[in-house]
Amino acid sequence: MATDFFNIDSALSEEERAVRDSVRRFVDESVMPIIGDAYVQGKFPKQLIPRMAELGLLGANLPEEYGCAGLNNVAYGLIMQELERGDSGIRSFASVQGALVMYPIYAFGSEEQKRHWLPKMASGEIIGCFGLTEPDYGSNPSGMITMAREQKDGSWVINGAKMWITNGSQAKVAVVWAKTNGDADQRSIRGFIVPTDAKGFTAKDQKGKLSLRASDTSELVLDDVHVPGDAILPKSGGLKSPLMCLTQARYGISWGALGAAIGCYEEALSYAKTRVMFGRPIGGFQLQQARLADMLTEIVKGQLVSLHLGRLKDAGTFTPQQVSLAKRNNVNMATNIAREARRMLGGNGILAEYASMRHMANLESVYTYEGTHDIHTLILGQAVTGLNAFE
Amino acid sequence: MKIAVCIKRVPVMDVRFRIAADGKSVDETGLKYDVNDFDLWAVEAALQLKEKTGDGEVVVFSLGPDAVQEQIRKALSMGADRGVQLKADRAPADPLSIAKALAAELKASQWDVVFFGKVAIDSADQSVGPMVAELLGLPCVSAISSLDIANGRGTAKRELESASEIVEFPLPVVLTVDEGLNKERLPNLKGIMAAKKKPLEVKPAQLDAGTVNVVAMELPAERAAGRIIGEGAAAVPELVRLLQTEAKVL
Repeated sequence: MATDFFNIDSALSEEERAVRDSVRRFVDESVMPIIGDAYVQGKFPKQLIPRMAELGLLGANLPEEYGCAGLNNVAYGLIMQELERGDSGIRSFASVQGALVMYPIYAFGSEEQKRHWLPKMASGEIIGCFGLTEPDYGSNPSGMITMAREQKDGSWVINGAKMWITNGSQAKVAVVWAKTNGDADQRSIRGFIVPTDAKGFTAKDQKGKLSLRASDTSELVLDDVHVPGDAILPKSGGLKSPLMCLTQARYGISWGALGAAIGCYEEALSYAKTRVMFGRPIGGFQLQQARLADMLTEIVKGQLVSLHLGRLKDAGTFTPQQVSLAKRNNVNMATNIAREARRMLGGNGILAEYASMRHMANLESVYTYEGTHDIHTLILGQAVTGLNAFE
Repeated sequence: MKIAVCIKRVPVMDVRFRIAADGKSVDETGLKYDVNDFDLWAVEAALQLKEKTGDGEVVVFSLGPDAVQEQIRKALSMGADRGVQLKADRAPADPLSIAKALAAELKASQWDVVFFGKVAIDSADQSVGPMVAELLGLPCVSAISSLDIANGRGTAKRELESASEIVEFPLPVVLTVDEGLNKERLPNLKGIMAAKKKPLEVKPAQLDAGTVNVVAMELPAERAAGRIIGEGAAAVPELVRLLQTEAKVL
């Protein structure tokens, strides 16, 4: 029985529960048995993609006319929760495909681009990646140096490098953000749909990761990459366009982190009830009960935050600052829960057979990506004081 | 091919059940519900049959309060075409009452196959399917674990104690589905969205008073704690003695 201490189920629609239950079962049956090995081997389990696509998990909150499931944002969040209960790498794959590639094509693309790309991305035929972060520009993407120059015939030539790119090596298409025509101002930033087999485009696996090991993370290099005039996302303009994508993705991450936390809590709870030490289950000792009570409390708070944020998003009244609060809170609590769960598991907790240490390591990436914990702190600080502490 | 599937809403079993204050029903607080497992396999069998024959309709029936619509819609999200709720405040304890209400509804149309799950996992009832067959004057094959239907006839396998039995039958027929016939499909998200738009008709169930009533419900007695007789080979004679004289299993 899944963790639902505050009967959150009663606040979900029948359809939202049905979506969650289908994804939950997919994760239990198809992700759980293989994810420990995939993590140890450092490989994204590609074989899951067709099944995820068939279930409709890619770009699930985009409209049906583009081959997507047309779900509301709460159902979308529940998908992210269940996927990350499996592994942050699996959720990251779906987040990037849906919120960072399909969403910008949907939001900033021409009708022709949407019809061309979205159905094939929903069906998993085409995998995408999102190139914003650069080796020297992470938390301050406005400083990016990737540059696109328009040619006389209306085509574009792009030069630059992007780093920490999820799905980078398996992607057939990249949404690349670049400044344009030598203008260093962030307002010149535009999005481009770049096929990864374009001449001058290379993607290289980032080796040596101790986190998100079951995820494809790459560095992209664009060396005089030539794309036609219709590769530009016509409605993109300025840094706010990629930031809008990140708001979508961060919303999903707030739910995803909840999934990881629930996975760790349930593992710790089940272990505490069966592991016998000093002649009785360790769950009978006060120290472990305090840990479990703290974990449960934080999970319930996170569930309420994400659910309400989802309702606001569905009503169209949510703010990016609210998303910052949810991402910051939920990822932080999940990292703490994962660590406490790992500790409750004792020596066994360091084995890949158990999920908590894998989640613990994954969540360090999640803590850092999509706006670091600290940057979200400053966003909230600015929201309440009106004073900018970034610079 | 016209196919009916009758399904039951049952509590998800991985909870600790409590008896309600009336002493004769289950306390429903905190329970989660799903389609009875065997009925999911019945739905899957119906969908596979429709897919194999390439045309036809799968209609799902469930008797109970409005809450059963959630289970009907799950079957619709798997791919069934429409649903019918036979509305009643609660499903009665008497399987014959349920069978009569279902038969009264099913009689209104011609069905090639009427599917049931072999057993309801909550009440352990297995009689509704065969009773409906009797009331409709149709042959019934219960607890099937394989199925082949072609040209108006069918063959099914039934698992017996230490053998299996192959049964041939003409259509129309009532079949109850055992474990092992198939594994039900997961509803995909498009299916879940499409299910909202599929027809779900609500009709009053024609229930009679019934003759079977639950008068009391009690939890099984707590199992007594085990006893450690000793360790190693030295303990064997005493163990054998107790198994003979006390447990009387040897």
